[in-house]
Amino acid sequence: MAHAPAPTLYGLMAEFDTPSGLVEAATKARLAGYRKMDAYSPIPIEELNEALDLRRTRLPLLVLLGGIAGGIGGFMLEVWVSAVAYPLNVGGRPLISWPQFIPVAFETTVLGAALTAFFGMWALNKLPQPYHPVFNVDAFTRASTDRFFLVIETSDPRFDRTGTWRFLETMHPVGVSEVAP
Amino acid sequence: MDQSAHHTSQSAETAALLARTPAVITPGHTFKSVTDTISHVVLTKRTPLGWFLGFFVAFVLLMILNMTIGNLLLTGIGIWGNNIPVGWAFDIINFVWWIGIGHAGTLISAILLLFRQQWRTSINRFAEAMTLFAVACAAMFPLLHTGRPWLAAYWLFPYPNTMGLWPQFRSPLIWDVFAVSTYGTVSALFWFAGLVPDMATLRDRAKSRVAQRIYGMLALGWRGSAKHWERYETAYLLLAGISTPLVLSVHSVVSFDFAVSVLPGWHATIFPPYFVAGAIYSGFAMVMTLAIPLRKFYGLEDFITMRHIHNMTKVMLVTGMIVAYGYANEAFFAWYSQNPYEQYMMYNRTTGPYAVFYWSLIAINACMIQLFWFRSVRDNIPLLFILSLFVNVGMWLERFIIIVTSLHRDFLPSSWGMYAPTRWDFGMFVGTIGLFLALFFLFIRFLPAIAIFEMRTIVPEAKLHPTAHNTRGGGPGLTAEHHA
Repeated sequence: MAHAPAPTLYGLMAEFDTPSGLVEAATKARLAGYRKMDAYSPIPIEELNEALDLRRTRLPLLVLLGGIAGGIGGFMLEVWVSAVAYPLNVGGRPLISWPQFIPVAFETTVLGAALTAFFGMWALNKLPQPYHPVFNVDAFTRASTDRFFLVIETSDPRFDRTGTWRFLETMHPVGVSEVAP
Repeated sequence: MDQSAHHTSQSAETAALLARTPAVITPGHTFKSVTDTISHVVLTKRTPLGWFLGFFVAFVLLMILNMTIGNLLLTGIGIWGNNIPVGWAFDIINFVWWIGIGHAGTLISAILLLFRQQWRTSINRFAEAMTLFAVACAAMFPLLHTGRPWLAAYWLFPYPNTMGLWPQFRSPLIWDVFAVSTYGTVSALFWFAGLVPDMATLRDRAKSRVAQRIYGMLALGWRGSAKHWERYETAYLLLAGISTPLVLSVHSVVSFDFAVSVLPGWHATIFPPYFVAGAIYSGFAMVMTLAIPLRKFYGLEDFITMRHIHNMTKVMLVTGMIVAYGYANEAFFAWYSQNPYEQYMMYNRTTGPYAVFYWSLIAINACMIQLFWFRSVRDNIPLLFILSLFVNVGMWLERFIIIVTSLHRDFLPSSWGMYAPTRWDFGMFVGTIGLFLALFFLFIRFLPAIAIFEMRTIVPEAKLHPTAHNTRGGGPGLTAEHHA
């Protein structure tokens, strides 16, 4: 893409052809002080979490809470139905016969946890998101096949159109492009 | 060929053994070749003639299902052969059969993921699809067995009827409703979550506008961001961890439908593990039945290799033997209990009017599977295809025997009877096979049958090669500032 200044800019994108290239670039960019950046890859790369210093997601805690809520909710439903809403006295047997409530409470626990894991993951990722500036770069179509991208965003305090461009070029990318907002 | 090949502390024997083990993916594949091969099946404009032929057969069977259900709703469940004393017959046999088949999908996608079994990668997607379709087929049987499925909402789900009466939470049938509906929901979520990055791949590679739009919507705007992948991988692992006890619970709960009652032949503590093993056994047989033609017709032998075929055969051998142990236990319990009803149940199974089915299932599930010990059998794909069909039949017969022989002659000889299915029973059964196959054909045509992004993670290119400039791990700034 042209080096000519665009009216506005989302950031600068460097393209790499190996996962190692991307991890190395992300590490260097972080060490150079860049913070507002993201890496894009066709496969999950665990090393990027460290390279970009990503914070561990809160998802496991949410899933635990979802599971607990599902379990307590399911169990309480059974108790309420059997002992409050329609108590049925069968030869004086206990209304809250909890061992028999376990299978359903177990299933609702699983359901609560699974729904939280699924919807929580999309919510934390802010997806579905139909539009994102990175899609403006033509080469980005290969981000879902075999290319690896690092985007340093203009919102980063150290961002400088020329300086950052030069910095990205030192990492031997396949190419550097401007990302329209 | 695989990572273990360069472990240093490897003895010569292990190395020789590994050299004989086929790879999980044929060497020489790259990110691009893997993506091209799998997405081509979906994005090609040409639909193979064989697909139309297969779909046609499935569609005809599906129409039989529609006809049967139409008649069932208009006439009532009297069109089926089940009647007192055999109040449960094809509907529950087929329900258990289909649910069992579904179990292999979750085993492959969840349990093998937790055990880091790399070979699961190329078969998990279609095995999960198989699970979903099998659960859909299974759920139809109890629902339609109610005769008035539109009223089933307050018979099955916690929703009071007009007199304020709720379902009985102490009944295994209600546990079953929760188990199966949770299982169906979680399987669908797991499957869809796995599909999203592949939808993004198809969106980016599709040539037609319509395909770009549809896959684009299904991709939810996925862009492969590192932040997203982190949460995605966490969610995927959590879903796998959640699905593992779930899948074991589902067939256990299905077995409670029988084991909690006091009928001879049903009231046995061996039932939950024996049912779960049987479910995995029949499920793997169905995965094999589907995988063998799939890899052949779509040229996916590089991804579904002999390694997968061998491993699936071995899983079938192990779980089949657990099932055979269950049969032995049933006979032992009957003898050891010294209970005349239990003993008669076993006597009736082995020598009664349905004995031919009992001995057929023993011949298949206990004897025939011993062939899987032989490598020459595990290498013979046409033979394995036929054997896997036999396993499907064997497991169907097992459910027939468990259900019908226990019901048709119970405690009082005056209430004994015989059961014979009608053509509507068979219509319903082959109809669900049609539904299953039709959904599967549509799935193969419109969605990637193998998880593309997961296949990309196992090609050699995906491995990181630290370069001279790489400060990763050694960088003082990184470790000091890292507060995760």
